[in-house]
Amino acid sequence: MKNIKFLVFGIVFGIILIKSQVVSWFRIQEMFRFQAFHMYGIIGSAVVVGAISIFIIKKLNVKASDGSDINLKPKPFTKGTLTGGIIFGLGWALTGACPGPLYALIGSGYSVILVALLSALAGTLVYGLLRKRLPH
Amino acid sequence: MLDFIYEPWPWYISGPLIGLMVPLLLVFGNKQFGISSSLRHMCAAVIPTKAEFFKYNWKDHRWNLFFVAGVILGGLLASFFFSEEEIIISSATVADLRAIGIADVDGMLPRSIFSWENLLSLKGFIFIILGGFLVGFGTRYANGCTSGHAIMGLSNLSWVSLVAVVGFFIGGLVVTHFLLPILIN
Repeated sequence: MKNIKFLVFGIVFGIILIKSQVVSWFRIQEMFRFQAFHMYGIIGSAVVVGAISIFIIKKLNVKASDGSDINLKPKPFTKGTLTGGIIFGLGWALTGACPGPLYALIGSGYSVILVALLSALAGTLVYGLLRKRLPH
Repeated sequence: MLDFIYEPWPWYISGPLIGLMVPLLLVFGNKQFGISSSLRHMCAAVIPTKAEFFKYNWKDHRWNLFFVAGVILGGLLASFFFSEEEIIISSATVADLRAIGIADVDGMLPRSIFSWENLLSLKGFIFIILGGFLVGFGTRYANGCTSGHAIMGLSNLSWVSLVAVVGFFIGGLVVTHFLLPILIN
């Protein structure tokens, strides 16, 4: 099945999230207090590697493994980009976890984070229900 | 080599590895790296609602659900097959957290907040339930999270993602520097 590779990529990403301590509430506190380079080093070097990769993909016109043109269309700007970003930032500092770490923490046995994930699903649902009334 | 598996990885190993998820997903799946849309697909898959936002064929995005299932498994593997690692955070952060009343600074989370016993206390409600809700609501309103905007978007040199990331930090700084001392006490 063609989706199995995404399961494998996810496993790799989950292991990296734990081993890098990105899932740590304390590491997120360090970051928002500007008291350690760790998180900035991770995000910064990830972006550098990602940007170089995309540059190479564009420059050499690399195709996806199935032969299709790689879709690099950026996300559109809306009135929610900043506001939604701020709302997410509030949640990120409270839970100490963005969505990736929520999943990884559940896997590594922090079972109460399941409640945070269910709450995130509730937040997604409420957004979907209110979407038309929110400025976009 | 074996030590490397057991010890926490430094930023210059973990960061580039995370960055490599971008070309990995682009080349081997023609997918843009992102995590938070999985929450939308799960809502679309299981919740009967008339909201237009959830009226699409979530099965077209099944890869994303396989990916996050993998992240859960990866978390499991990392905890079973690697040692319980000691996290040494900055002493300034330890001092700051102690000063506002968070004394347990080991493990991944302060257990004095994140535990089943605390879930229905005001503290547990705010940090776990409200925090999670804001993550879900905010990522959809911003159309992405740390993966989709900070890693994928910034790698793609998108100014929209930069705006979103600035937002993430505004929110995080407000909680850390203004709300946290009030919420803990």
